[in-house]
Amino acid sequence: MEIHEYQAKELLAGFGVAVPRGGVAYSADQAVYVATELGGWHWAVKAQIHSGARGKAGGVKFCRTYHEVAEATSALLGATLVTEQTGPAGKVVHRVYVERAESFDREIYLGLVLDRKTERIRIVAGREGGMEIEDLVRTRPDSLLQQEVDPAVGLQSFQARELAFGLGLNMKQVSLAVATIMGCYRAFRELDATMVEINPLVVTRDDRVLALDAKITFDDNALFRRPRVAEMRDPAEEDPREAQAAASGLNYVGLTGNIGCIINGAGLAMATMDSIKYAGGEPANFLDIGGGASPERVGAAFRLVLSDPNVRAVLVNIFAGINRCDWVATGVVQAAKDLNVPLIVRLAGTNVEEGQRIVRESGLPIIMAETLAAAADLSVAAALKSDAA
Amino acid sequence: MSILIDEQTRVIVQGFTGDKATFHAKEMIAYGTNVVGGVTPGKGGREHLGRPVFDTVKEAVQATGAEASIVFVPPAFAADSLMEAADASLRLVCIITDGIPAQDMMRVKRYLRRYPRERRTLVVGPNCAGIISAGRAMLGIMPGHIYRRGEVGVVSRSGTLGYEAAAQLTALGLGVSTSVGIGGDPINGSSFLDHLELFESDPDTRAVIMIGEIGGPQEAEAAAWAQKNMTKPVVGYVAGVTAPKGRRMGHAGAIISAEGDTALEKAEIMRRHGLLVAPSASELGSTVARALGREVPAR
Repeated sequence: MEIHEYQAKELLAGFGVAVPRGGVAYSADQAVYVATELGGWHWAVKAQIHSGARGKAGGVKFCRTYHEVAEATSALLGATLVTEQTGPAGKVVHRVYVERAESFDREIYLGLVLDRKTERIRIVAGREGGMEIEDLVRTRPDSLLQQEVDPAVGLQSFQARELAFGLGLNMKQVSLAVATIMGCYRAFRELDATMVEINPLVVTRDDRVLALDAKITFDDNALFRRPRVAEMRDPAEEDPREAQAAASGLNYVGLTGNIGCIINGAGLAMATMDSIKYAGGEPANFLDIGGGASPERVGAAFRLVLSDPNVRAVLVNIFAGINRCDWVATGVVQAAKDLNVPLIVRLAGTNVEEGQRIVRESGLPIIMAETLAAAADLSVAAALKSDAA
Repeated sequence: MSILIDEQTRVIVQGFTGDKATFHAKEMIAYGTNVVGGVTPGKGGREHLGRPVFDTVKEAVQATGAEASIVFVPPAFAADSLMEAADASLRLVCIITDGIPAQDMMRVKRYLRRYPRERRTLVVGPNCAGIISAGRAMLGIMPGHIYRRGEVGVVSRSGTLGYEAAAQLTALGLGVSTSVGIGGDPINGSSFLDHLELFESDPDTRAVIMIGEIGGPQEAEAAAWAQKNMTKPVVGYVAGVTAPKGRRMGHAGAIISAEGDTALEKAEIMRRHGLLVAPSASELGSTVARALGREVPAR
């Protein structure tokens, strides 16, 4: 799960990370009120969407007057922001964060990730902040410092100090940077994060160390014990189809192709999408209907896949283990009654003969496939034909 | 022979009396697995499926001589169950549970290292379909009837792709020695490499297929190890060529977030390390057959 910048800053501040003062606003009036409350002469109005690289996309505006704050807020709210991370469709801005603008001397990168190779938490610090970490790794790997933390003993101060001195900070800045790094680590552990990133962490002219931007990604599997985090979910940031899928216990990821996929198992779902591509087509979605696929769940899967207007054919590929092909077939036949695109079905595993019989005897124009390869070929051909028609 | 389990292996079920555990325990018993009892805290002293229930894993081990367990405990309590099993000296624990927090698994992995290598528990999973030694024993939730006894070792992150491989092997007249699901989570108990090592020393396994997916470094590590250490042919496959970057594809661990995480990169690494890579999931069986020097009819 992801959250907004202002939420990440609010959480990190609770762990002793210094952040600029700011407040969230949903209208120009609120934004001006926040600015007056904050005081000062310079403010940054920042679009709050779940994406980095907002600055480059025009999502951060510097203001010198309340009037400019109001204008910037009005311009951002309701606008669609297309960043390097949102994809071409972009994301609509529903709230802004108004912050005291800080002038600074240096930008630093600080990131903590769950390292799958070492099964530990890795801290990466970069002498140059403001760039994406991928770009830093590619162009300036020498500017990156790393520490690995064994979660059984936790982050030690010396490790944070080594990073801070390695960044070339002076003694006053080092102690503040250590507090920031230790705070981020505690947040990572205590909130079940999979990533905490401060980019940039800035050093001000008066030797303060501040998180100018912040991003936290959480482990979805741990949200049950982090209610405060779970409450920060913003449904407006989610693809409505994916949210609807999650509500029916399905796992859906929308893509750009035209062959809708209904499959059991994440691995088989990916492999089926790949087979469609291999056969010359493009999948419209990833959809794992899970183990016990009841007719109701299959019905929900069909509604979800067909709500994508690009879909020209639907491929159902079920390898029944716990569930049985005859249950799945019953669900498929029910859902296929008022279908207006070609449907290709491949069943395998438990009770396959019975499942195939149900599909055959339904009298519906369902194309049956014996193998994964045949299913992919047939759906690509069907989608082409249905697109031409 | 087979790896990890056979018909002799004494198995207990952790979370024994739950609905899912009961359903799958029945299936395992029907398949021929030597299920000797189970654990549900607070229900010790009862009988379930004609087998004794214990409050703790230690009691179950003392009373039954169990050496392996299968865990169906809900995510919030799963890490605790794994550590309890390790502390009771079980040789093998297979965990089916999906949805365990990654940091809990990090703690479990650290905990396992408290014990010297020779008595350290091997954890398979979580979020996996389990283990099956074809025709002998099943410590999992797979449809047992699709597995034909044979000489191919299968190790897969995905359950259903493991089934797909087994079905394709059967259709070609080949079979499975043992099939292991290592699970779809970012931090798992055992990796591809751990199981390649076991298959290499199993006299009844003549070839291995390793079925990976996007995300994580384990396919690459295993491929590099196989090149240096394996005498048996290893076939590779990686699902997720069409997966977009940064999106979780069902499994918690199936996400492209670092260099080397994509399906194409992993397949290329496998090839570079001398593995035969199946070009699509429809060719898992035929690629293994080719690796074994069999004639394969054209698709």
